[in-house]
Amino acid sequence: MTQPVLSVRDLVVEIPTRAGVLRPVDKVSYDLAAGEILGVVGESGAGKSMTGNAVIGLLDRPARITGGEVILQGERIDTLSDARMRRIRGRRIGMIFQDPLTSLNPLLPIGAQLAETIAEHLPVGRAEARARAVRALEEVGIPAAAERVNSYPHEFSGGMRQRVVIALALCAEPVLVIADEPTTALDVSVQAQIIALLKRLCRERGTAVILVTHDMGVIAEAADRVAVMYAGRLAELGPVAEVLQRPRHPYTEGLVGSMPMAAAGRARLHQIPGAMPRLGQLPPGCAFHPRCRYARAECQRDPGPTRADCDGRAACWFPVGARA
Amino acid sequence: MLAFVLRRVFQSAIVLLVVGLVAFSMFRFVGDPVDNMLGQERTQADIERLRADLGLDQPFPVQYYKFLRGAVQGNFGVSYRQGRPVATIIKERAPATLELAAVSGAFAILLGIGLGVFTAIRRRGIAANVIMTLSLIGVSLPTFLIGILLIYVFSVELDLLPSFGRGDTVMVGGWSTGFLTQSGLLALILPGITLGLYQMTLIMRLVRSEMLEVLRADYIRFARARGLRDRAINFRHAMKNTLVPVITVTGLQLGSIIAFAIITETVFQWPGVGLLFINAVQFVDIPVMAAYLMLISVMFVAINLVVDLLYFAIDPRLRVDGRTG
Ligand SMILES: Nc1ncnc2c1ncn2[C@@H]1O[C@H](COP(=O)(O)OP(=O)(O)O)[C@@H](O)[C@H]1O
Ligand SMILES: [Mg+2]
Repeated sequence: MTQPVLSVRDLVVEIPTRAGVLRPVDKVSYDLAAGEILGVVGESGAGKSMTGNAVIGLLDRPARITGGEVILQGERIDTLSDARMRRIRGRRIGMIFQDPLTSLNPLLPIGAQLAETIAEHLPVGRAEARARAVRALEEVGIPAAAERVNSYPHEFSGGMRQRVVIALALCAEPVLVIADEPTTALDVSVQAQIIALLKRLCRERGTAVILVTHDMGVIAEAADRVAVMYAGRLAELGPVAEVLQRPRHPYTEGLVGSMPMAAAGRARLHQIPGAMPRLGQLPPGCAFHPRCRYARAECQRDPGPTRADCDGRAACWFPVGARA
Repeated sequence: MLAFVLRRVFQSAIVLLVVGLVAFSMFRFVGDPVDNMLGQERTQADIERLRADLGLDQPFPVQYYKFLRGAVQGNFGVSYRQGRPVATIIKERAPATLELAAVSGAFAILLGIGLGVFTAIRRRGIAANVIMTLSLIGVSLPTFLIGILLIYVFSVELDLLPSFGRGDTVMVGGWSTGFLTQSGLLALILPGITLGLYQMTLIMRLVRSEMLEVLRADYIRFARARGLRDRAINFRHAMKNTLVPVITVTGLQLGSIIAFAIITETVFQWPGVGLLFINAVQFVDIPVMAAYLMLISVMFVAINLVVDLLYFAIDPRLRVDGRTG
């Protein structure tokens, strides 16, 4: 087997608070192969962004990595100095944020923002950096890129701005892109285009992608594998087709059941009762058991299930489908 | 853009007309210059003649019109006290005030922005906290006290810098400058700091809070995620965005530097228009007071106009020629 582009091993992120230490990311592990798109889903607050920020080394204080490893192309990066991590950001790991309206500096032409990123990471002169900026804009489908390179962010629509953001994330040809809800802030009509663009560019270049979203439709459309997060933990991880068609974790089952597409043939939309517990108030054992309709007494037993303990795919003592 | 500028110029003209009315009203309602100018030994004929000379016998609108017409041409009449044209007197005094204001303004802006950025970037550092604490003093001490303290320390105790006057000046094409002599430059230091200290601390605190706000913005996060250096993030991305809101306040502060020069000029016996104004008030020298008022308001209006134009220069979102698509 070839070396994975990214390997996250038992990653733990903690936030010390007055009420105790919170764990927004709790022993998350996954591998990513070159060109692979890993979808990460889960409710708001599940720790999706926190995991991505930990990988690229941009956790906001007081959150910090307290356990596990992040390995990029065989090199451990979670212990690197700020200066060395800075040279990885943008160059080897690109990042795309949710809101294209606020991701771009309003006072700088988009070409200048592209050129500064290219010049920072690649051994090229100013003229070459500008030429590459124009090419990067062409690749993300900005019409008349040679002229628009001098335009300011406010002169573009939301969808076009997210294309610019994608160009910025990819301009130094990173091996991994973390896209944190790249379409959530966009018009429904352009969401599919943006996802398709991201997918095409990364496939062409063999760039691995962590695609964070809470939209199961996006996952079904773009991802190769999907990781389901719940209360900071990985509930299930597997190939998209299998997870969507035969979810094993009851939480995944609930999520898939709430997809309009899957529910179309059913009488009503399946809803998971209750809400995800706050980090300070996690129940013992499996964090999902209070909402789980299959929960038994064993589910409260500490420590809770991990994927490795169970069937390798879902962190559940009694996976759906395997039950008698 | 042109429409915007024209609208602003029009608004400015209205403001100046109103200020002109106030300034002119002083002629009628504040004291009687004739009393001051003629001693105890005066006849009714003397009084009538002087009133006619000064144009005080004409109806109010006519006087106002004449005043405005004169003001536009730079003619503010004759000083009651010195008996010379006000324009000439002000022309003699203006360089002292403008040079002092320029030094204070540069001090306030450069140091204010520099320290503001520094204290924001090194928010948790000891130096930043010391500066922030000291800046409270700058904001809360009255100008005359700062001036007197500086004189006490640097003139009386250390005997390093002059405590009054402009030092030697050189005439350069009708403009008397203190920038070209050593004593002139030394003389500018204490009054320059006194006049600009309040504005400097104000600008610094404003820049700091704006900068902290900007550093939390998404595009700064994205700039970090793109692997840019701290220097580029702080100065290229953050500082420029900080300046947009800072410009307004800074512009107004520059206006008040000139207006508040009165106090500093009094403390340091600085021969500028502020001192001229104080002396004019004591003597009810209304033409001088009116001219001063007009000049200050022209200055404020002009600064406001420049501030608005600076917005256009810095913030592309305000330029209307942009396309969307
Ligand atoms: N400074 C903080 N103090 C306490 N809790 C925090 C802080 N920052 C984030 N969290 C918590 O961390 C959890 C993970 O957040 P996040 O990764 O943003 O979730 P997601 O991206 O999946 O919506 C959330 O429950 C959030 O409330
Ligand atoms: Mg998030």
